[in-house]
Amino acid sequence: MDDIDRRIIAATQAGLPIVEQPYEAVASELGLAPATLMARIDRMMTEGVIRRIGAVPNHYALGMVSNGMSVWDVDDAHAERLGCEVGALDFVSHCYLRPRCLPVWPYNLFAMVHGKTRAEVEEKVFSIAGHLGDAFREHDILYSTRILKKTGLRIAA
Amino acid sequence: MIDATDRTIINRLQGGFPVCDRPFREVARRLGLEERALIDRIARLRQSGVLSRFGPMYNAEAMGGAFCLCAMEVPEHELDMVIERVNAHPEVAHNYERDHRLNVWFVLASDDAGRIEKVRGWIEDETGLDVFAFPKLREFYIGLKVDV
Repeated sequence: MDDIDRRIIAATQAGLPIVEQPYEAVASELGLAPATLMARIDRMMTEGVIRRIGAVPNHYALGMVSNGMSVWDVDDAHAERLGCEVGALDFVSHCYLRPRCLPVWPYNLFAMVHGKTRAEVEEKVFSIAGHLGDAFREHDILYSTRILKKTGLRIAA
Repeated sequence: MIDATDRTIINRLQGGFPVCDRPFREVARRLGLEERALIDRIARLRQSGVLSRFGPMYNAEAMGGAFCLCAMEVPEHELDMVIERVNAHPEVAHNYERDHRLNVWFVLASDDAGRIEKVRGWIEDETGLDVFAFPKLREFYIGLKVDV
């Protein structure tokens, strides 16, 4: 990544202009040829610096008002396999293993579940519990009650 | 309100936006829409907050940076002050209030991995509260599975 990449990231991290020629508009703002800008964006996609280009929906605005972070205390010895299984469920949008933080936090497996109601989320979490069987000790669901910030990564140019 | 066409746009455009001179024209063709109509709809969805962003999603780790989920136990009467101080840091990418003893959950993201721990320490100093860090040990799937 060089300075030009950083300027491109800084100029587009909040979004692309929603106009007929968005890359043209960004290129002209940065004083680059559109072809140069597009080649660099393609390269950053290949390198994984850009995960994807598209729309990020706001779950709340779409009526997916219940965002439940289900958290599980699973056996470390089986955590890898269980995480793969839970992550593969089609209603789990994110799934991670994270360290516990005792005594405050006994959970090591995090699986994010969205739903239109809490009942829908609970039904999905119940189904995760079924998958895990007796491989977990405790679990909980943390519902989000407010989005306090949602800007995404910000780097300085 | 959003209609069936809006939903199709949202479902089909969570990734794969083309990198070319007239990307909206290409997407419009795929969806059977006019370029202008697609642009107007996306602009409206963005403006009304149905879309929180439209553009490239950057990956801090691939830039040599990092991100880390953090949580705090914030007493009710300090909540507004703490949220203001936490959100003031540009490294705070998302922040959610949740109904748990740990009630404030945010993600720190930076293109400089060393900065994460620094910002975590600053937030502890500024608020006088613990900031628990939950770095991911393993990521199983990040999907585009939100079907509206």
